Amino acid sequence: MSASSTVVKCRKLIGGVSEGEAIVSKEAINFYLCDPENGVLLEKNHHLKGKSFAHKVVVLPTGKGSSVVQLDGLFQMMEKKNLPKALIVIDPEPVLVSSVYVVNIPLVDRLETDPYSLIEDGDWVKVDADNQTVTITKK
Amino acid sequence: MRLTDEEKKMLDGERGEGVRKAMDMLVAMGKAFDAPRMIPVSRAHCAMSGQEGDTYWCELLVNGGATCKVVPTTNPNWDVPTLTRHYEVPADKLFLARRTDDVYRRIGAAITYCCTPELAGNVPAFGEHVAFSESSATPYVNSILGARSNRESSVSALASAVTGVTPYYGLHIDENRKGNMTVIVDTELNDAYDWGLFGWFVGLHAGTKVPVITFNKKAFSGTRPTPEELLYFTTESSTSGAMPMFHMVGITPEAPTSEAAFGKNKSELELRVTRKDLDEMERLVSDPAGKIHLVLIGCPHYTAAQLREVAELLGSRRIHESVHFWILSSWDAIELSRRSGHLEKIERGGIRVVADTCMDQPPFDQFRGKLNMTDSAKCAHYQKRRGLPFVLRRIGQCIDAAVKGEI
Repeated sequence: MSASSTVVKCRKLIGGVSEGEAIVSKEAINFYLCDPENGVLLEKNHHLKGKSFAHKVVVLPTGKGSSVVQLDGLFQMMEKKNLPKALIVIDPEPVLVSSVYVVNIPLVDRLETDPYSLIEDGDWVKVDADNQTVTITKK
Repeated sequence: MRLTDEEKKMLDGERGEGVRKAMDMLVAMGKAFDAPRMIPVSRAHCAMSGQEGDTYWCELLVNGGATCKVVPTTNPNWDVPTLTRHYEVPADKLFLARRTDDVYRRIGAAITYCCTPELAGNVPAFGEHVAFSESSATPYVNSILGARSNRESSVSALASAVTGVTPYYGLHIDENRKGNMTVIVDTELNDAYDWGLFGWFVGLHAGTKVPVITFNKKAFSGTRPTPEELLYFTTESSTSGAMPMFHMVGITPEAPTSEAAFGKNKSELELRVTRKDLDEMERLVSDPAGKIHLVLIGCPHYTAAQLREVAELLGSRRIHESVHFWILSSWDAIELSRRSGHLEKIERGGIRVVADTCMDQPPFDQFRGKLNMTDSAKCAHYQKRRGLPFVLRRIGQCIDAAVKGEI
């Protein structure tokens, strides 16, 4: 860990340890609207349209959309080896939690500090769901 | 979380690996949502939709020896014999359709292939605890029927079908069903299409809040909104957002009054809906007008009443020879339409009606890059991923455009 890293506590929803570059979404995400070939979001009117979630640690307010497509979006990204590394969510909802369970990447919530004030695009973020910590190294 | 002895046996693998996986997912969800225990469910609906991620999960369970304790109904896949007569479908997609068919039979589901189980086929009673996926069905069973379901995914609903239980949290509990947001409708709503645009708008703003909705102008023609109007509302609000429950004062069973709908809660947000907002929703979702190649209707599945409406709107006209026009519906609605004489009128005009099929399926991929048309914002929205642009308009305009070949 470098000197400029910050460690905050969180709550484990789905276990595992993973790290990567952060991408911060202000809006809810439906991963079905990503191109699984590269993880790029195709959704019209979303502020991250054209950005990729592949191999990133994604900060998102919540999931959205229909009850089967969220999983299929993540599953197709898994098949193409373009899953996000981990997800940090503010308001978990059942479709997102059960879908992430199937593709098995770390999912955490309840960071002790608001992740939107801590994490910016490009920061390096390690999510250790098993030990319930998130480590942020500013870019 | 406190588990019963039987639930512990399931979690420890004593009931087989498939049951263990299903219970492990439900325990993870129970922990995520601070559930103290599991509760039995009496019904389940799986929104499988022939999607590979879902089929993969069902195979994991069934190959681990799991079968369903509570027989679930199922969302559509696609009608392979009918649609392959018209369109070429790659071998891997055909294989996935068969795999899905096979695995859901093996796990013991009722193969209804219908996305509107709450209208017929799997209708819960007031107060019944159920596990319903299909995002349009969940708010419908909660809000319109007064049954209790969280916003299950296809995979968590299947886990509940296999184990017979769901974590006790969220909308299973009285106080979480109370409203915490106000929606005031300041415009007339003229048909199911308007209700869909209204739903899209509310879904964008509600997040996971529970809106309490009141109407200042005429929003329905009879004594209450039709099932189709309510279904378009729940479909579109669950596509633009994730709203699992709502109240309509004087209409839905848990909202005889505004006070009853809110309980002890305060309204955290007020939303006013005008005609301008609805027009803006159409503009947001729709692609620009032009020559039409495919008209795709029935997301959610068209009801017998809607098939009747199509027969009336079409009259003696025929659709343009260059336009393909499909209506997706449920097998029982199609049979009723046949008996009532509407199906023949529809088919005489060149429109095809097919059961068991979801719009988001490979047969329609050949319309990629071509302009198409629908009356469903959900259809237009999800088809973006397949590269199909859609003009969004009400059904009468879809039929007129199909006759002319353009809009």
